[in-house]
Amino acid sequence: MSEAVFEQVREHLGPVAQAAAVAHGVLALSIEPAQLLDVVRGLKDTFGFDMFTDVTAVDWPEREPRFDVVWHFYSTRHFGRVRVKTRVPLADPTVDSLVPFYGSARFMERECHEMYGIRFRGNDDLRPILLYEGFVGHPLRRDYPKQKEQPLVPYRPQPDAKP
Amino acid sequence: MSTPGNRAAPSGAFEYLTTKKDEFVGWARKFSLFPYPFVTACCAMEFMSVSSTLYDTDRFGAALPRFTPRQSDLLMVVGTVTHKQAPILKKVYEQMCEPKWVIAFGVCATSGGFYQNYAALPGIDKIIPVDLYIPGCPPRPEMVIDGIMKLQDKIAAERHPIINDRF
Repeated sequence: MSEAVFEQVREHLGPVAQAAAVAHGVLALSIEPAQLLDVVRGLKDTFGFDMFTDVTAVDWPEREPRFDVVWHFYSTRHFGRVRVKTRVPLADPTVDSLVPFYGSARFMERECHEMYGIRFRGNDDLRPILLYEGFVGHPLRRDYPKQKEQPLVPYRPQPDAKP
Repeated sequence: MSTPGNRAAPSGAFEYLTTKKDEFVGWARKFSLFPYPFVTACCAMEFMSVSSTLYDTDRFGAALPRFTPRQSDLLMVVGTVTHKQAPILKKVYEQMCEPKWVIAFGVCATSGGFYQNYAALPGIDKIIPVDLYIPGCPPRPEMVIDGIMKLQDKIAAERHPIINDRF
């Protein structure tokens, strides 16, 4: 059922999508960051992908541009899923916010921002949502030290530290 | 428990009275623990199980949970505590009146368990004093009951100053 709409999406996008393959029943599109808003507008208004499922990022420390930003959309009309991927560099990890299309993007972009440091142009509220004010760094980046802690309450002297 | 070494030696009668008073107050206190369940994670399932009829912590006088720290004297920290939550735990502990005891329920509260990362506090004893640790992921109800009994023994053996620091 969703294969037909996948084919229409592929025809509609044409060369905008650098890659458009169906993997595990999900249409995976790779695009340039500048085309994000156009592609998402088309997906939402023309093809009925009306549910915003997730936005996250993938960190490839040795690659340039370093980050993949990944969005997932679901169509309650066609029961199909689309994954949109784009690449942003470490120097300017900025993509457009999807809050104008999907209100639910607001919180998920906050999470992606604090975990990976991706900036979302147009989201005016990028305060930490799972982390806390004062947390330095982005814990899901590969270069964040695995056991680094930033406690809010100072630790008390430990009982096993015998005088 | 008398500790004649580190205070001015009282008379024999006073010493006897203090010991008997501590024994009596300890006996009373160990059977009327009012737990405050600071329940944050999956250990809650085991906490419910051990509180309910099959295992029944009421047998040890530790059944009625008070959901305000000001009315409770046993803080049960059940589950993972994150760094973001640590100020809340600290505030709850500080709001409890003396005398108060703390149980770290489960391995996450004890040491952070398998969480060693940016998010989790590696053991609540990093921020508040803990009287008893119950490891396990989650601990068996038998372990919890054993832990409560050990805490009762500890309370019974403690000094219980009620008027001043000597009596």
